[in-house]
Amino acid sequence: MAVFNRVESPRLVEEAIYSEVVQAGDGWMRELKPGQVLRIVDLEGNQAADTLFFDAENPEDHYSAVATITGQSNIYLSTGSVLRAESGKALLTIVADTCGRHDTVGGSCSAQSNTVRYAHEKLSMHNCRDTFMLQLAGQDGVYTKRDLAPNINFFMNVPVTPEGGLKFDDGVSAPGCYVEMQSHGRTMVLISNCPQLNNPCNAYNPTPIQVLIWDN
Amino acid sequence: MANIWSKDIGPGGKWSGTIGKGKLIRLTALEAGANVSFQLYHAKDLTERYNMPDTLKAQYTAHLTRGNVLMSDNGRAMVSIVEDSLGWHDPLSGYTSRAKTDAKYGVTNYQELRNEWLRSGQENFAVELVRNGLSMRDMMPVVNFFSKIVVENNGDMKFVQGHCPAGATVTLRTELDLLVVLSNTPNPLDPSESYPSVPVRIEVLPAPPLHEDDYCLNYRSENRRAFENTWEYHTLLNA
Repeated sequence: MAVFNRVESPRLVEEAIYSEVVQAGDGWMRELKPGQVLRIVDLEGNQAADTLFFDAENPEDHYSAVATITGQSNIYLSTGSVLRAESGKALLTIVADTCGRHDTVGGSCSAQSNTVRYAHEKLSMHNCRDTFMLQLAGQDGVYTKRDLAPNINFFMNVPVTPEGGLKFDDGVSAPGCYVEMQSHGRTMVLISNCPQLNNPCNAYNPTPIQVLIWDN
Repeated sequence: MANIWSKDIGPGGKWSGTIGKGKLIRLTALEAGANVSFQLYHAKDLTERYNMPDTLKAQYTAHLTRGNVLMSDNGRAMVSIVEDSLGWHDPLSGYTSRAKTDAKYGVTNYQELRNEWLRSGQENFAVELVRNGLSMRDMMPVVNFFSKIVVENNGDMKFVQGHCPAGATVTLRTELDLLVVLSNTPNPLDPSESYPSVPVRIEVLPAPPLHEDDYCLNYRSENRRAFENTWEYHTLLNA
């Protein structure tokens, strides 16, 4: 299930109650109310929107990549995927997707993981976990590094092979591709619009995304 | 080499403890079909923990075996897999919950079954995390030693039955001082209708010193850089 499940949304952009462009390398954090729908648009294509969720009623219950993929017995996310917290609670459901596949195994880049994956000299480069932590720093101490669980990479394609290999394939995304998810309860959303310059998946050129919210 | 310490963890059992760097941790499946869910924290900084995506991405793998290093979210080598009789351990499928355990194996309770009551991974980890000053907030993906999950081309995850024979072993070398938390509970994707957990032995042994020709150190250049980050930490700590 949940594989390349391309479904277009009936929602009209002009009816959205919120719209903002998040520039490459920037972060975004906002709470969704029950029933609200979040759309993330890959404006120029092949971008990675690194995204985490928290149960706003219980911020210690973070998004769980593993609870999400074992819940559907499939590692890819698309329309119909239920995004779960560590407790197993359903936080959101993907209700539309014109990209067709999203990754939740590959996690986010950090200054430290860049030293391991690329070179020690990469420590100073911008990275998603720094962006996440800068956003968390503005939340009055509710969140700390302990809350940074493995995330979703919307628009990324990170295939696992039957032989147990992990690959980074070029994107299945294109300019204007979007994903939409509906929140079951109050859900905090944390996005890092990835600034990774060492990975060919975005042609070494991070680009902006757009976030829109509808009331239902 | 004589072991320093040994304990058998029965079906449904759990354990946590601090194990210093430079030791070997040997896990042995005492019967066929074992699964032990394993979580690692840096004992001197519990906010530093095993990071599944960093580990898999750095080594371009979705399974773990000899040569692989389990890396922390701070880019350090935590343990190296120095011996492995199985060739495949599962880093993708997590641990069982109470709800899933009840749904799959039938509702069990202490009042009827006393200590035969079926445990869940979630409850086992919750107890041991709280006991160590942590909480489920600190729970991240685990390694399921002795289990094999194959991911098909369409993304479907399939549990491979019969993967783990009795006597299977895997040996880890500790590269940092570690808090180890483990739960001997079924793999969530194991389709068996009966609770399949079997006893697992954990032994701690002294590790020989790391040499420049070490297999795990040289497995990939990424592994060497993770070791270098660990060595840098120890250099500063002991300066």
